[in-house]
Amino acid sequence: MPQIALPILIPLFAGAVSLVFWRSRGMQRFVAVAGTGSLLVTAFWLLATVNREGILVMHMGDWQAPFGISLVADLLGAIMVVLTGIIGFAVALYSLATTGRGHEKFGYFPLMHLLLAGVAGAFLTGDIFNLYVWFEVMLVASFALLILGSEKAQMEGAIKYVTLNLVSSVIFLVAVGLLYGMVGTLNMADIARRISTLENTGMIDVLAMMFMVAFGIKAAAFPLFFWLPASYHTPPVAVSALFAGLLTKVGVYALYRVFTLIFNQSPGYTHEILLWGAGLTMLSGVLGAAAQYEFRRILSFHIVSQIGYMILGLALFTPLAIIGGVFYIMHHIIVKTNLFLVSGIVRRLRGTYQLKQLGGLYRSHPWLAVLYLIPALSLAGMPPLSGFFAKFIVIRAGVEAEAWGVTFIALLVGLLTLYSMIKIWAEVFWKAPPEDGDVDPYPVVGQREMWLMTAPVVGLALCTVFIGLNAEPIYSLAEASANELLDPSRYIEAVLGEDAEVIP
Amino acid sequence: MEPLMAVTIGILFAAAIYMMLRRSIVKLVIGLMLLSNAANLLIFVTAGLTRGAPPLVPEGMTAPEGVVADPLPQALVLTAIVIAFGVLSFAVVLVRRAWEIVRADDLDKMKDTDT
Repeated sequence: MPQIALPILIPLFAGAVSLVFWRSRGMQRFVAVAGTGSLLVTAFWLLATVNREGILVMHMGDWQAPFGISLVADLLGAIMVVLTGIIGFAVALYSLATTGRGHEKFGYFPLMHLLLAGVAGAFLTGDIFNLYVWFEVMLVASFALLILGSEKAQMEGAIKYVTLNLVSSVIFLVAVGLLYGMVGTLNMADIARRISTLENTGMIDVLAMMFMVAFGIKAAAFPLFFWLPASYHTPPVAVSALFAGLLTKVGVYALYRVFTLIFNQSPGYTHEILLWGAGLTMLSGVLGAAAQYEFRRILSFHIVSQIGYMILGLALFTPLAIIGGVFYIMHHIIVKTNLFLVSGIVRRLRGTYQLKQLGGLYRSHPWLAVLYLIPALSLAGMPPLSGFFAKFIVIRAGVEAEAWGVTFIALLVGLLTLYSMIKIWAEVFWKAPPEDGDVDPYPVVGQREMWLMTAPVVGLALCTVFIGLNAEPIYSLAEASANELLDPSRYIEAVLGEDAEVIP
Repeated sequence: MEPLMAVTIGILFAAAIYMMLRRSIVKLVIGLMLLSNAANLLIFVTAGLTRGAPPLVPEGMTAPEGVVADPLPQALVLTAIVIAFGVLSFAVVLVRRAWEIVRADDLDKMKDTDT
């Protein structure tokens, strides 16, 4: 079954090829589009296969589980890989126009491929130490992308980003080590099987908390999110868009995987903490955004608040809530990347991200205003866009679980999100351009460049509208994946075989 | 031997956190180094320490005899050391570049991106 390995191998290979053509700008650009394009195609192939045949497993080097490293593609993993493909392809097209020669010369495209390989690997691996390795692949690539250009703000942001992510990796590593000491295996399915036979439940809760903190830092959950708004607005905009779409969602994915498969014994304790974390994440993110007047900083704070909804889906831990969480992840990745891409176009046209210095874009570029409104209203949860259904399912699950506090927060945060999005709309598009007089002549943007920047934005906006108008099949996909997540025995059987016995 | 290792790891973690709480970015990197070494050592001893019993399969048999050292943590720690080395060398270069650009060693002076 080559589908499972291909989403990891293609970006790695594309990265290697772009390294070979280090001096040839044209070739690197071609490989960027071709590589991410084929990643997208294989990702759809993988999702179609998983949807048809159930969980796919591949044992690397033919070492049978639990002794070797297994690649496992269940529905959640396959969905995430498809989203990786979509975002990778959109950002690759976009960066053809926005990434300057300087950045391309210092290896922008090889790093982008490496980052995608790390992300896809994290989604597909079935081995917890291998997950750590893919996290590191992804992190190293993201470190280098973050400081591409070496501006002062980038350096300051990067120090915070690097430090907190390294601390998170160390906590993850320590937790993996202690887990191995307890169960003697690294295969996630095998861990899940053996951990239920352990008697020392106190230590299991301690490990669960260590994983929660480690992945919580990666996912930017409250109170561990401070590195995100300090760094995401500093790199080139294509990099911001890539990070905003994918990196924190890898943390969310890891939380979903670990807390449905392995640590599902005492949801009264672990999931209760997740629940309050989710509520506070939503609230602190959205309030942080309300105080900001820089385009990308507002969007960065909104990543934090939206992460809260996804964790809320996991924390409620009912079938409907998990469906909502998965649906939310699908919707959010597309919409958030799209908003960052729009902010890049605005910056390209006017030369700044400061809302105070922008204005009048509705008059000069009405189509751009429409392209902004689609993801912005979707983020705030307006029907009939994708965000409405995502929020609706999560909040409905909250009401059914009678978690009134967080449900109220979720509704309130939806309203405040709308406030932030309307603030950007009013400042950037609606008001008259500021009459400071000292505004530089606007940068000249070529026709071809403009098309390359607009095409991915239009594509992602169409995805949002498609999910919104066609929610039924997406919902059944999320439902099937939630069923898999809530019944870990299917995952365990797929990896280890049906007749495997527990050997304590 | 294990209690001694446990105490060593504890001291390493404590020293790492102390260094990371200082304001200087150089001390921050030293703290990160100590932190990753503490984690590496911890992984190394998770499966217990077995002296002088390499996990070798004697000729004509399919499994090693008696109590042997667990080889897996050693493989893990090797991977972790390599990764930590790569990431930390990046961090060292980053701190140097940051000093060149920002001209400050004090984290309190790096607040431009926080407001």
